[in-house]
Parts: sequence; C-alpha cells; structure tokens
Amino acid sequence: MRLTCPVCGERDRREFYYMGDAVALRRPDPEAGDAVWDDYLHNRDNPAGVTRDLWQHEGGCGAWIVVTRNTMTHEVLETALASDVKGSVG
Amino acid sequence: MRIAGKGLVDRQAPVSFRFDGHTYQGFAGDTLASALLANDIRVVARSFKYHRPRGVMGAGSEEANALVTIGSGAAQDPNVRATVQEIYEGLEARPQNCWPSLTVDLLSVNDLAAPFLGAGFYYKTFMWPRAFWEKLYEPVIRRSAGLGALSHQHNPDAYEKAFAFCDLLVIGGGPAGLIAALTAARAGADVILADEDSLFGGRLNGDVETVGGMPGAEWAQSIVDELEAMPNVRLMRRTTVTGAYDQGTYGALERVAHHLADRGGQPLECFWRIVARRAILCAGAIERPIAFRNNDRPGIMTASAVRTYLNRYGVAPGRRITLFANNDDAHRTARDLVDAGVHIAAVFDSRRDVPESNAYPIYRGAEVCNTSGRRGLESVTFRTASGEDKVETDCLAVSGGWNPSLHLTCHMNGRPQWSEAIQSFVPVEGMVPGLDTAGACRGTLTTHGALQEGVAAAQVALEALGIAFDKIDIPEAEDAPYRVSPLWAVAGKGRAWLDFQNDVTVKDVKQAAKENFASVEHMKRYTTQGMSPDQGKNSNVAALAVLADATGRGIPETGTTTFRPPFVPVSIAAMGAGAQGAGFAPQRFTTSHAASVERGAPMIEAGLWYRPSYFPAPGETTWRQSCDREVNMVRNAVGVCDVSTLGKIDIQGPDAGAFLDFVYTNMFSTLKVGRTRYGLMLREDGTVMDDGTTARLGETHFVMTTTTAAAGPVMRHLEYVHQCLCPELDVSMISVTEQWAQFAVAGPQSRALLNALVDEDINDDTWPFMGCGDIIIQGVRGRLFRISFSGEHAYEIAVPSRFGNGLFRELTARAEALGGGLYGMEALNVLRIEKGFITHAEIHGRVTAFDIGMERMVSQKKDCIGKTMSERPGLNGPEREQLVGLKPIGPVKQLTAGAHLFEKGAAPTRENAQGYTTSVGFSPTLDGFLGLGFLRNGRARHGEEVMMVDHLRNLTTRCKVCDPVFFDPEGGRVRG
Amino acid sequence: MAELLAKSPCEGLLPKEVDGLTLSEAKRATMTSLSPYRGQEAVLSDVLKTEHGMALPRPNRSAGKEGARAVWFGQRQVMLIGPDPAVSLADHAALTDQSDAWAVVLLEGEGAEDVLARLVPLDLRREHFKKGHTARSQLQHMMVSITRVGDARFQIMAFRSMAKTLVHELEIAMKGVAARRAS
Ligand SMILES: [Zn+2]
Repeated sequence: MRLTCPVCGERDRREFYYMGDAVALRRPDPEAGDAVWDDYLHNRDNPAGVTRDLWQHEGGCGAWIVVTRNTMTHEVLETALASDVKGSVG
Repeated sequence: MRIAGKGLVDRQAPVSFRFDGHTYQGFAGDTLASALLANDIRVVARSFKYHRPRGVMGAGSEEANALVTIGSGAAQDPNVRATVQEIYEGLEARPQNCWPSLTVDLLSVNDLAAPFLGAGFYYKTFMWPRAFWEKLYEPVIRRSAGLGALSHQHNPDAYEKAFAFCDLLVIGGGPAGLIAALTAARAGADVILADEDSLFGGRLNGDVETVGGMPGAEWAQSIVDELEAMPNVRLMRRTTVTGAYDQGTYGALERVAHHLADRGGQPLECFWRIVARRAILCAGAIERPIAFRNNDRPGIMTASAVRTYLNRYGVAPGRRITLFANNDDAHRTARDLVDAGVHIAAVFDSRRDVPESNAYPIYRGAEVCNTSGRRGLESVTFRTASGEDKVETDCLAVSGGWNPSLHLTCHMNGRPQWSEAIQSFVPVEGMVPGLDTAGACRGTLTTHGALQEGVAAAQVALEALGIAFDKIDIPEAEDAPYRVSPLWAVAGKGRAWLDFQNDVTVKDVKQAAKENFASVEHMKRYTTQGMSPDQGKNSNVAALAVLADATGRGIPETGTTTFRPPFVPVSIAAMGAGAQGAGFAPQRFTTSHAASVERGAPMIEAGLWYRPSYFPAPGETTWRQSCDREVNMVRNAVGVCDVSTLGKIDIQGPDAGAFLDFVYTNMFSTLKVGRTRYGLMLREDGTVMDDGTTARLGETHFVMTTTTAAAGPVMRHLEYVHQCLCPELDVSMISVTEQWAQFAVAGPQSRALLNALVDEDINDDTWPFMGCGDIIIQGVRGRLFRISFSGEHAYEIAVPSRFGNGLFRELTARAEALGGGLYGMEALNVLRIEKGFITHAEIHGRVTAFDIGMERMVSQKKDCIGKTMSERPGLNGPEREQLVGLKPIGPVKQLTAGAHLFEKGAAPTRENAQGYTTSVGFSPTLDGFLGLGFLRNGRARHGEEVMMVDHLRNLTTRCKVCDPVFFDPEGGRVRG
Repeated sequence: MAELLAKSPCEGLLPKEVDGLTLSEAKRATMTSLSPYRGQEAVLSDVLKTEHGMALPRPNRSAGKEGARAVWFGQRQVMLIGPDPAVSLADHAALTDQSDAWAVVLLEGEGAEDVLARLVPLDLRREHFKKGHTARSQLQHMMVSITRVGDARFQIMAFRSMAKTLVHELEIAMKGVAARRAS
C-alpha cells in the first residue's frame, strides 16, 4: 500500500502511523454534553466504501494527513494536510 | 534417458550430485528433475496422505509431486520442487515423507486404509474421544502425513529484502513478456522483467517452433541480449512475482543462491517489494492433468513437461511413451518425440476429429481408464467404442488442456471468468489497477497471439505512462488454433487423482458434494483440495468441474476459490529478511553505556534502550545487595544515574505556553522562566497518558520531559494536537532526547559534588528547588535542573551528548570520592517507590488523575485534552480503585507486583478482588517490602488490613494500607 | 581544570570499506534545526541567504555545499549543518541545537544506491534522486534523513543512540551488494 504525503510525495505504507477516523479533527466544545463527546470519542461508522481517516507520516516529515480512501477497492482518493483541513473546517 | 544432440544443457559441463544417498551425473543447465529423469529415476517422493510412490509430473514451479529436501543440518531446506532446483556440483537432495526409505515405505499401509482417509476424514475421525487427540491422532498424523521437516535449529542462511521501482513491471519472460519488455524498453521506459526460471523464454525453451525464422530459444536469447544492454532495463532471473498489492506494489521472491555450490557471501533468497506504475502479467499457462484411475503412478506426466524435458534438457522420460489428450497441443509432444527417435506406443485422444499420423497409432474417442505398475508405470488400460485394451508403456504424457496463470489478477479480490473456447478461466480486465495481461495467462494460446498481445499491452502501458513509442515489428511465429474438448475425469471405479499433492481424488470431491459441501469454498476445506503447496494450480479447475458435475451446475455458476498471495511458497525467512537477530529492532545506547559495562553492570532493555540494572561492588553476590547499597548511598551521600533515555522535547514559539496549557492538565503559561513544573498529560478519554517535568528556558522556549516508554507516543500526540486540533497556534516541537546526555545527581552530597565541578555557585537562591538554567561545566555549556525522582536533594545535569561519556566518568569519580557512586534501575525504582512516585507501572492506561490522587491538578481555569471526559461519572468516586501504599504486617514479609488485593478474610476469588499491586521493592531505608497498588476506595481505607494474594507465585501476605508516600512525606529532604 | 572529552557517535565503528564501497563518519559539524515562525518562511529564507549564502530549501531538497548546508528535515523544519547559526535567524525561527543528536555517515561508491535499496523504501536511483535531493524516511526501523551529496555519495543521518545499529545494517547491505557483484 502506498500513500501520498502532501509534503514528501508517494511513500510506502510502512512510513505511516494510522490513527483512525478523521472525525477526530472536530473536537467538540467542552460543554457540548456527554452524548456529543461519546460520539466524538467512541462511535465510528464502518463504511463499505469511502472513508476518511488520519495518518501521520511518522517515518517521514511528521505531517498528519487526512486520507480519503475506499475500503472496498483500497483506492486512495485524496490526501491532505490535517492542518489545512482543520483550518478550513474551523 | 538422455537423447543425443537435444537440449540446451551444457554437455561439456558435467555436474555430479547426490539423491537419496546415491551419486548421479547431470549437466549444467539441468534441474534436479531433469537430471533424475536422465538417470531413469522414476520414484522421487511419497504422497502426502497415502504414501504412494510418486515421480516428476511437471517441469515448472507448479510441480505437485517431486518435493525433496535439499541439504542437511540446520540449513536443510524442505519441500523444494525438484523441477525448480538447478543442480550444482555436490548438491545433496533427499526424499521426504517416507519411512524407512523411499522404495520401502512402511507408512504406505495408509494406502490400504484409504477408504477411511477420504474426504472430511479429519473432521469425522478426530472429533472424539477427546483424549485420543493428543495421545494418538496427532502423533500418528504428524508421523505419517505431511511434507518435509524443518531442522528445528536456527536457520544459518542469510536472506535479504530489497525495494525496486519501475515504470513497467513485466511478470514472466516468455514470448509475450519478452516482447512487451522490449517494446517498453525501446521507448525509454524504466522496465523490470522478472521470470522465475533461470532462463528467459518460457515455453520457447521447451518447444521447437521458430520465432522470426530462428529457433524460439535463440530468439528469446537475442531479445535478452538486447534488453541486457539497455540501462533502463533490469532483468530479474529466478524471480517469481508472488503477489499483487495495493497501489502498484508487487512482492517478488528472488532465489539468489539456491543454484550455487559456493554462494560467495550472497544471500540465499531476496524478497523484493517492487513498486510499478504499470505492470503486465505474462505468466503463461499451466497444463492440467486428466483424472483417471491410478493416474498418479511415476511415469505419468503432463505432455508439455515431457516436451520440455526432451527439447530443453535432452531427456526422454521413457522408452515407450504413450499420450492421452483432449486437445491439439499435446500432439506436438508426440511429434517432437518421434522426431527425436523416441518410440511412441500410442496416442489416445478423447476427441473423434483428430488428424492421422504415420508415425504412431492414434486412438480416437479413446480414454485411459486405468494404469498398472509396481514402482512406476508399466502399462495403461484404455477404452474405445470397441472396448478396453492394454498397452505397455513406461511414460504416459497427459494433457487435459491449459489453465491460464491468472492468479495475480485475483490478488485484490478479483474473480476470473469462464471461457468456453479454452475450457478454462481467463482474467477479467482491471481487477488489479494498472495491471494488464498478455499471452497465455490471458487465454491466448499461440506464440503469435502472445507476441501480438505483448506488444499491445506494452503500448497501452506506455500510453498510460505518457511515453511515446515507435511501431515494433512482430516476428513471424506459430499460430495454430488451439482446439480442446472438455474432459476432466474418466468415468469408472477406483481412485482418480485430482490434487496429487494433497491426495484428493474425484471420489472425495463427489463425497463432499453428497454431504452438502457443495460450495467450492466448502468443498476445498472439506477435502483439502487446493490447500497444498501448489495451492491447487494443477487441480483447481478440474476439481470444480467435477464438483459442478456432481451438483448439477455449470462451471461458471460453481465459481472458483480465492487466489491469494503468494503465487509460490515463500519462506518466512525471506519475508522477514533483515529482521533476524540484531535486525529485529534498533538498539539504543546511552553515552554512558561503555562505562556502565566496564563496571560490570548487567544491562537491561528499556524499550529499545539499554540501561544498567545495578552496579555490583566487590564482594556483592546478589542484585539485592547492590541495590540496597545504592539506595542507601543516595539517601546518605550521593548517587549518579544516567537518565538520558527520558524523552526530551524542545517546544518553542509565541504560543508555546498556550499549547502546553492545552496538552497538560495544569498551567504552564504561568510558569516563570528558569523554573520547572511537574505536568500531567491525559488522553482525550480522560485517562492518564504520561507525566514529567517541563522547564521554561525562555519566554517562548520550554523543554518537556516524558517517561522513557512514552517518548515516541508523546511526540506523536503533541504533533497530533498541534496539527489536527490547534494548527492556529504558532509553536514547533523537536525531540532533543538524543542531543543531551542527562544525569541525575541525587543525595545530600549532590550540591557539594556539583559545586566542586562547576564555576557557578549553586545555592538555594541561584538554584532553588525546581529551578533550571544554563550552566558551564568544565568549559562546556550545559543545563542544570533541580529536580528529584528520589525525594532527595537532587539535580539533573545535561551536556551535549558528545560529552556524555566524559561527564559520566567525571561524576562517577566525584561521587565515589564523597562516599557515593553509581546507581542503576533497581535502586532508582526502590527510591521512587519509597516516595510514592508513579511510573507506567501505575499509569498503565486505565487510571485517571483521580485514581492517582492528582485530580486537583486538572485546572478548572482552562480546557485541556482529556478534561471533559475525566469528569465523567464513574471516573471520580469511591467505586474507583485508587493508588495506595502497602506494607506487609504478618509473618510473610514479601510483596509481589501483579498480585490481587482482597478484604481480610475474604476468599481470594475473582469476584472478591478489590485491587492489585503495581510496583514493589525492598526498602533498605525502611527495612521492609513496600508496595504500590490500586485498591477500591483506597484513600479512605488507610490503616485497614488487606490480603495480597499472588495466585501465580502462590503467595499470601497480610498488608496494611497506607499513604503511597512512605518516606519523608513532608518533603523536607528534597528542599533541604 | 580537566576538559570534558568529546566522543563522536560512530567512534570505534567506522570507517568501513567493502569492495570499493565506503562508509565513514562525517566530520563533526554544528547542526541547528530551524522551524520558521508563522508567516516567516520568506524572511527567514532571505536572512539565511544573507547570513549563510543559501535560501531555505523546499521540501525534499537541500541547499548549500560541503561545510555549509541546509537540509530540509521535515514539515516546517530545516537543518542547518556547518555554520554556527546567525543570531538574527532566531527572530524568524525556533532554533534548536541538534549537533549531538544525530549520527551522520557518508556512504560512497559505485552501487551505493543498491546498498540503500536493501534498507530504504525509496527510489534513490540517480535519475530520480539527484544531487541535492533529500528525504526523510526509514532505514530498516530507524528514522533517517538521506541526502545525495555527490554522484555516488549519500549523507545518512540517524539518531545518535542508534549509531551501532545504523552501521551494522549498512555493513550487511554493503557486503550483500558486493557479494552479488562478485558472482
Ligand atoms: Zn511527509
């Protein structure tokens, strides 16, 4: 498997650390309530299809990356710097 | 029998080798299989289950019968296919799965017990009685069924892994692969051509047909010569591409030195990870057998293998050869044999419309229905419309048609489709992104077609790569149509083999269907068909045709099993190459390593680091003696310990303070420059992640320390929080763990030691408790932190790592002069337990700030990672197991870590467990064992007696619950 | 007063020579990581140019030459190797001394790419990884910085504490490549 780091370019999967769903980027307000925090921390979709998750190019430049990929075909559709994605969702 | 004047082997280069204890001669270029056939060796193996004698069946990597063991001792290599093993001077091969010998195999009694060993045998027989499994079934099975054995010793051979990159990977170097590689290479593409054979050319080396007017093998060599001269081409011989993976990654096994008597330091094998922008599969096709009664006798081979042995190796596998076929291709074998002067006794063709021959009798509409012979084929019985008859023969060449080697196209979950025309499966396009197919693996079974498709596939790839190309002339080649009429199994009684390697017969497959294991995946598992090392390459299509017939469905509806990597067996050693021995993980050494080893300190692994356990003094015979002395030394004089392995992270930027406020539960933006503060870090779910001190070296400059174990995860966490949660903060981090060699100097004499070492005056004003700053040590700029992990007046002194060794030795000498010395991990642990300081033994991933009594460190003035969730119900109350101290009070004085805690008098059962111990040690300071642990509602239970039960070590100790700070609870010593 | 003795990361481990391939330790140099403050990349680049004669390198590139080199080292991070950093750099970037943090070795000779192909999952062939190109990647299990500093010369940096493993891995690969060439 290969992923394209927006900084370094296409690299072998072994250079990356996998974290999980990119929902992690949308950290709720501290007062958002138990249900919202429960969702944020624990509840994840398990899509047969397109998913977005967070990887770190730990063995490379260190950038955290949002990877959009298809769990059925293993196709990687898009990669973007997490800091850019976070910046755009606020 | 060797045929004069035939073959590509080097008759000028005789090679002697040994098989089954005897010495034989072959020639350079022979495989073990061809050399054995040349020496008229027919029985080379015993079958997996029934121990039936077996001979060479094919001539390629798919060989199902001729498995042997190469070498002996630690390096012995079992299950080597004799058809792949090239001979070399002194090669030693042994038959396997036979006892006591190949010719007299007593375990062939299994063959007589065959009625009991049929489909589902394992499931039916070994279910009950249960006790029989270990005592009887398993040992018997181990002994009698199976393949070659491992040596049970460490493998001394070297293996290698490597990475390669290319524009185009061509898999298979037959006519399609050669011309595809040539087309792409001439256009300037970066090409890798891999073939599992030692010789490029594929079938051209086993056939007499010409290409471009010259013998096929010569044409292949001419293309190889051209490719070899091109800098943009890498030719990989003896390299099997074993798997297709995501994003154009392919695995490939290169057999580097299996064919060499003297390896000259080369690895035995190399496992390649090849990244290809495009790939073309030109893997050819495998000829399939036909099932008929006793079709497994030595001497029965595929027709193409017989042709290959004749044309490539100059070997006739028999003197009176018969053929049995359902297609035209097999007749070429007969033609070539006759041309070489080998006697053809008969050709049986199941079809009626077969052309005549003057050279040998052809029986139309004929089927071979049985064979006989004691240790090899002696005669075949065949059936025509006019009845049954018998012919004497010592070799039967069988062809049931060709199965395209499309396996790699299915490695990413693709399924092939059925072709009526060739009566086999052919690949569906696009099943592996970027991979096209050409030639026989695509179902195109003529040389001309293969060449045409090779060029076309290369052009498709070049277009996709954006590389311009010139027209390439396709050389003239054989283009005879391939005609085949389905024939999978000849009707009749007796056992007719489908899967030779796993001893699965037509009857077994029918039996599976009858017992309703009618899905192909169920049939496979029930009968074990296709589960042998050849992974069903020889048997899959025929087996599912038989299953389709038995279940009354068509073959396409029956479907196929799943093709998975690897395409050929790959040793674990090759896949794990580079990770043997010291390659398993990097070793990390501190700058004081050599000095510690010189002192005789046993070094223990702490993650990847090596740290001294203790420093034995003369006369000390146990680690406890050393440990007790070292603890006393720190409490009474001064001790020195290398703490460089703790993570150190440089954090800088205008928002560094704000960032630390967010990752730590407590405030750091308010910390004064020149001061250090203990910090607690939570995970977002509210559990404790790590702890450590962070020093403020400047207005926008902090240095965080982490525990040794968490250095990597904390760095990753900090980057995650910054990049993913608050990228607006202007802050940057870099690890400085390796930059600084840092040593703890602890004990009442620590300040005296340092004052004698540095120019600056260290006192309570210049370096108060938790103070920090730069300091010059013998001309070197370092850092000094007044922090303590022992509860004593202590410092940590850091210098750039190149001076670490020097400073460590200097500190050691000075400490010893003051009645102190070095201390190791054991003493460090006792010192911190005496003080109730936690490590990852306590913050093990399930405890909250509340559990360790630090809930007040979660600041209410700000948000931080983990704060919200740490306030959840259930994480802060009497129901929690809380950190406590434990002291033995009964006759048993020992405590152990990992033991469970129970109320006094309660039965020590799981239901009654109230907590557990995490860290224990013998305290010379307090003269007894001390323990840290977690106890339900523990803080309210100080003074209570509990019972510590260690079920593993069979230990029960009465304990008193107390505050976890056993020693100097007021903290006077650290400030004094 | 006695001076503290300095020890290099690869002391006692290098040099090594195998069939024309050499592995040696780079001369000790001051190494300073530069992480530009927000929006300061351009100014930092100008200051670097003025003070040390090279602009801030883009990702996967290095600038300068032997003795004064700036090597891209990660996201928003450049390693200045050689000169003591000009004080004015600190106005625009976080500066961290890394002089002692890395074992720096030089792999040189025909076939150096083949050696690295056994350890690093990158295409380091000359046509793809030219002089001045750099990459952060892994060598076996170690995080490394690799820079082509000559036609057949690579600078490889790994954590100082891993120097022994670094040399061990490279030596095995060098021997493997040499053995293949000999056969
Ligand atoms: Zn990257």
